[in-house]
Amino acid sequence: MLKNKDLLGIKELSSEEITEILDHAVIMKEIIQKNNKKAPHLQGKTVITLFYENSTRTRLSFELASKYLGANAANVAVGTSSVAKGESLIDTARTIDVMGTDILCIRHSSAGAPHLVARNVEASVINAGDGMNEHPTQALLDAFTMREKKGELGNLKVAIVGDILHSRVVRSNAYLLNKMGAEVTVAGPSTLMPPEIEKLGVKAYTDVEKAIKGADVVMGLRIQLERQKKGLFPSIDEYSDIFGVNEERLKLAKEDAILMHPGPVNRGVEISSSLYHPDKSVIDEQVTNGVAVRMAILYLLSKHHGERSL
Amino acid sequence: MEYLIKNTVIYNSDKTVKADIYIKDGKIEKIGENLSYENATVVDGSKKIALPGLCDIHCHLRDPGYEYKEDIISGAKSAAAGGFTSIVAMPNTKPVADNKAVIDYINNKAKNACVNVYQAGAITKGLEGKELAEIGEMKKSGIVAVTDDGKPVSDGSMMKKALLYAGMFDLPVIAHEEDMSLVDGGSMNEGYMSTYLGLRGISKAAEEVMVSRDIIIAKSLSEKVHITHISTKGSVELIRQAKKDGVKVTCDTCPHYFSLDETACDGFNTNAKMNPPLRTNEDVEAIIEGLRDGTIDMIATDHAPHHEDEKNCEFDKALNGIIGFETAFALAYDYLVTKNGFSLNKIVELMSRNPSDFIKIEGGEIAEGKVADLILADVENKWTYEAEKSVSKSKNTPYNKFTFGARVTDVFVKGNYIVENCNVKG
Repeated sequence: MLKNKDLLGIKELSSEEITEILDHAVIMKEIIQKNNKKAPHLQGKTVITLFYENSTRTRLSFELASKYLGANAANVAVGTSSVAKGESLIDTARTIDVMGTDILCIRHSSAGAPHLVARNVEASVINAGDGMNEHPTQALLDAFTMREKKGELGNLKVAIVGDILHSRVVRSNAYLLNKMGAEVTVAGPSTLMPPEIEKLGVKAYTDVEKAIKGADVVMGLRIQLERQKKGLFPSIDEYSDIFGVNEERLKLAKEDAILMHPGPVNRGVEISSSLYHPDKSVIDEQVTNGVAVRMAILYLLSKHHGERSL
Repeated sequence: MEYLIKNTVIYNSDKTVKADIYIKDGKIEKIGENLSYENATVVDGSKKIALPGLCDIHCHLRDPGYEYKEDIISGAKSAAAGGFTSIVAMPNTKPVADNKAVIDYINNKAKNACVNVYQAGAITKGLEGKELAEIGEMKKSGIVAVTDDGKPVSDGSMMKKALLYAGMFDLPVIAHEEDMSLVDGGSMNEGYMSTYLGLRGISKAAEEVMVSRDIIIAKSLSEKVHITHISTKGSVELIRQAKKDGVKVTCDTCPHYFSLDETACDGFNTNAKMNPPLRTNEDVEAIIEGLRDGTIDMIATDHAPHHEDEKNCEFDKALNGIIGFETAFALAYDYLVTKNGFSLNKIVELMSRNPSDFIKIEGGEIAEGKVADLILADVENKWTYEAEKSVSKSKNTPYNKFTFGARVTDVFVKGNYIVENCNVKG
């Protein structure tokens, strides 16, 4: 059982809660692999996804996770909803809440948006990514993947490379891996490094090779191509040349190191195209694990909900 | 009406005396021991202290245009509750207070306000930073300063013209310092907390670059400039040095910049969102030292009321600012007097004497023959501030439920007893 009704960030989770989610996800992964992908854990529960930003894998994995566990699942398409008429976030969320929603999965470009919603609805709120703050379910599926491939998280050295400044994935991974005792290094251009990042418990480098050296896990991050237009780096070519993860740089990591990426990948930019292959990286497995981890989270949060007068 | 405040301790900026105060016909008629007047209503001042009425050179009354947040009457009441007898409203109203007609409207409405309401005019038309507003015409209608507050005057040559033109009318120019290219969409201080919360940060350089620009422009012209709501250690250092160099620069800060730091934003607390943003503990300490050594001339509230809906939303969408009248004196008492050893005389200098002199009004002193703008405060009993009970129309404050060691209890404006035992009359 998770302590809070909501999953707003890794910041708010204890290491015991993280382990509980990961342990449950092991069983959930078995369900996904069955011929008949159906289990009764969320029967009679309603899960809604409300995404103010584009998404393929996170949104769909929440929906499939809900359906595999027998929930009523629906998505609010923001572009064709009353959001387009200017309805506020709180009013939209309240509207969804009073239709009998048990769990609301929200992605928003503003940091703290899910926290705001959580204070204003009875449903459990899952943060599916808020601005540059957190993406807790991504960090949990990353941890699940690392644990599956490497055993315990405690002794791992994890190197995360790319646009650290704008990345909620980095922040959630840093909080989670710190709580589990792993060592985290980050690397990227100085213009894409948040101030005082080391206070989050990571080592920061601008030299990618230093960060990767001896790592058990190397994680590439998507660079948003628009950042170049804002003057944060001079060109995609230069970025790829200096900060891209390629076969040669990957050799600096441990021999059995795994390569991860939260997706979507800019092939040939942050990682070489040849590395985005099931033999060379675990990117596809991360996606599968994302469904299993979200099944576990939905199930654990659903225990907070019983009868409700509407 | 005649009032006789008995057995109180009077704090002026330069001295402290134990005495009675006799108020008649809007003036302080007599100060002395064992006074007795047949027709005077006696006010027991024995457990209280008396200070000249506070003067705030920087507040937002939102009138005309945003009366759902505040208006001149409600704002004046809130000011009174906090011990402010004179306040200066900023011109970022709707329409902007950039012409005589709007100033006349405000002054007319302010006749019914319970404190002395003064208006600042805009520096540029529509606060757009492009053309000078009719500063001379507005001066005739009684403005006490000019400012584009809420926005910087981004164009250096426009600031130069403003200092020259307003200087001709002996009107202070109040500069809101912000380099928008360095603000770059930020919503809180840039540093560890912005990294931790995943919010875009505002570099201290955004303020300091403009502070230095305006010091240099003022120096080059030998004109005066007043820098408002400074928030960083760097700004304090720049102004300290400029004063040593003989530049005619003055400045103010706000209670939140000496009582809170950026950690107040944790949990995406929109009531800690303001502009300039709350900075770090290091800055808070520098602000306090700046107040102590006279680098910072005065304290202003930047009272900035907003409706609940404008704060109960996403942090980066929430509007900047907090209400400030009713907590300002308590914050100065707790954070400057109690925690940092400031004298009450120094608080009078920062919150009454200097701001009154700055806008050239009569207050700032309890003395015979002076206008009876004065307050009584209780510094013996603790008091818990409840935003819900604020007389402002808005409740956006980070200090809700704070317990303070001082409270303004009684207020006289031009001899009228408008706040009696913490109750604002009318």
